[in-house]
Amino acid sequence: MTQRITIEPVTRIEGHAKITIQLDDDGNVADAWFHVTQLRGFEKLCEGRPFSEMPSLMARICGICPVSHLLASGKACDQLLAVRIPETAIKLRRLFNLAQFVQSHALSFFHLSAPDLLLGMDSDPKKRNIFGLAEENPQMAKDGIQLRKIGQTIIELLAGKRIHPAWVVPGGVSDPLTVEKRDKILSMLPEAKEIALRTLQWFKRSLENFRDEIRTFANFPSLFLGLVTPEGEWECYHGRVRVVDENRHIVADQLDPVEYQDYIGEATEPWTYLKFPYYKPMGYPDGVYRVGPLARLNIIDGFDTPLAKQEWVEFRELERGAILSSFYYHYARLIEILHAIEKMEELLNDPAILSKQIRAIAGLNNLEGIGVAEAPRGILIHHYKVNEDGLMEWANLIIATGHNNLAMSKGILQVAKHFVNGKQLNEGMLNRVEAVIRAFDPCLSCSTHAVGHMPIHIQLIGADGTLLDELRRD
Amino acid sequence: MRAPIRIKTLTIDGKEVSAREGETILQVARENGIDIPTLCYLEGLEPYGACRLCLVEVKGINRLLPACITQVEEGMEVITNSERLVKYRKMILELLFSERNHTCSVCVVNGHCELQRLAQKLGVTNIRYPYRYPNLPIDATHDRFVVDHNRCVLCTRCVRVCDQIEGAHVWDVMGRGINSRIIADLNQPWGTSDVCTSCGKCVHVCPTGALFEKGKAVAEMEKRRQFLPYLTVMRGGKQ
Repeated sequence: MTQRITIEPVTRIEGHAKITIQLDDDGNVADAWFHVTQLRGFEKLCEGRPFSEMPSLMARICGICPVSHLLASGKACDQLLAVRIPETAIKLRRLFNLAQFVQSHALSFFHLSAPDLLLGMDSDPKKRNIFGLAEENPQMAKDGIQLRKIGQTIIELLAGKRIHPAWVVPGGVSDPLTVEKRDKILSMLPEAKEIALRTLQWFKRSLENFRDEIRTFANFPSLFLGLVTPEGEWECYHGRVRVVDENRHIVADQLDPVEYQDYIGEATEPWTYLKFPYYKPMGYPDGVYRVGPLARLNIIDGFDTPLAKQEWVEFRELERGAILSSFYYHYARLIEILHAIEKMEELLNDPAILSKQIRAIAGLNNLEGIGVAEAPRGILIHHYKVNEDGLMEWANLIIATGHNNLAMSKGILQVAKHFVNGKQLNEGMLNRVEAVIRAFDPCLSCSTHAVGHMPIHIQLIGADGTLLDELRRD
Repeated sequence: MRAPIRIKTLTIDGKEVSAREGETILQVARENGIDIPTLCYLEGLEPYGACRLCLVEVKGINRLLPACITQVEEGMEVITNSERLVKYRKMILELLFSERNHTCSVCVVNGHCELQRLAQKLGVTNIRYPYRYPNLPIDATHDRFVVDHNRCVLCTRCVRVCDQIEGAHVWDVMGRGINSRIIADLNQPWGTSDVCTSCGKCVHVCPTGALFEKGKAVAEMEKRRQFLPYLTVMRGGKQ
């Protein structure tokens, strides 16, 4: 008798999702799906609004990383104005993004995933949370809360508030940085750096305990995609797109992110609201790629800050080609936190950061704008079209979690096949299935923004695997 | 010979006050430091009595009276603040919020809005009526300004300032009741108006984000109204 296991809701992720695992007659895993069960509709509801509202409106997509949406949206609006924004505005926006990397990665690592990592995948689910973590290792829980607080405080100092600040505007930012605020931010960074280094040491030591997870957590060859500087180094604000394969060979480099439609396609499936982006030259589903911390660390030639660079070199030693196990997303996240802290120090010590030239003023000069930035979870694309009065006519958003959709689905199947056995189920098995999703730190509320006429491809497959019927709506 | 000024005496919230004949309850209350909430009223423009937020109780009269257009009378006993008044004022604000799409968080005047400030002051924490979510357009055809009907409360300040101060009378109200809408000239795109002088007075007297300067991002639009009393004086003190 076939049996179906449903995990709903998936806990300790952002947003709502469920997982279905299909077992065959012998109780072995036959297939698995990752469903995103909510719909937001931002691409539709922005229609008819003035573009100048977009950064703040789009930031409402998410309360965890509003900064990413502010930046991608702000950059798309810069294009509508057809301006080159002042250098200081770029520096301030970059600083803003780095602060968000620290807070968002800290949330993912300490609050959501550390309970699995420290207490173990099979530990009592009642204790497997941030409170259980605080009991077992108070220092680590404190570190996590403190690190996130530092990131959030920097965001607040820059932009006025922590969640949904309206500081990023078309053409730059609305307020300059004061000396007092700069000094305050600088004074917080040494502690943040200590926490990052301490956690990295602990994580590296504990990697041995997770051999099985490393082997099975979405550990498969795929492409990796993200932004790099012209020199091929880590980048989160400007930069160009690089794609590498599982051997870390560069498939494409220095692609213009504005031309994303030339190389990124989007497919949909009937069982989820989340779209499936793929690298066009390789088709769907072979063009599956991963984005986010692991992808960024796989595509780059290095960091431009000393401590992160050193850690990255050590990280690279894990495998000869690209690092393929998604379990290492956690590791990559910690290295990125360290880099963000170093980079913020560098930016703040540059006197140019205090300049009052922070905004280019212009009217509407282009009817189409595309903004691309790296969000903590991966590359983020905002694409707008407006009418001649500056009112929104069309928007397309491609969100990090969307890029990882295929990888997550593959990862679930892999981990389910290894750990789940229909004859004797236990909670720890199912937690591992959830944990593979957590490794990607998906932000589902962000990524299910689409509404309207989605192209749909429905396949009806019989028990013997033959295709019985097929429907397609493009 | 000038007619002698007649003085009326009355009480507001138990306080004995005197006023000139022809003054409104609102004027006398404000002269005496008694606050009555208003939305459509703006000093310098003729009062209109539309929003009903300034409703007060007058002893001996069963219905509530709008303070902005009710003239004082000898021996009046006015109550400006009671449980009943607060109840009705909150109700009025909630109805305004439910009628159109006032999404403060993504509004250009977030933090500088009179409607928002009144709601905070009167303790409106939730809207008990179902939202109507009307599908209203935005007119961004003007070079410098935008009108967003989603945020309009039909206070007609824009209509009055354009007519009484600027003398252009671009704005007016069309339709009745729930279908009322502010229109430019003969219900045409603002940018095509021949008589609009682009002075921006309507934008700055507007209490909400219904009228704003083009290109302003969320929470960036601040209204400056210091010009109004001077212009009123220059026009001979006529209100």
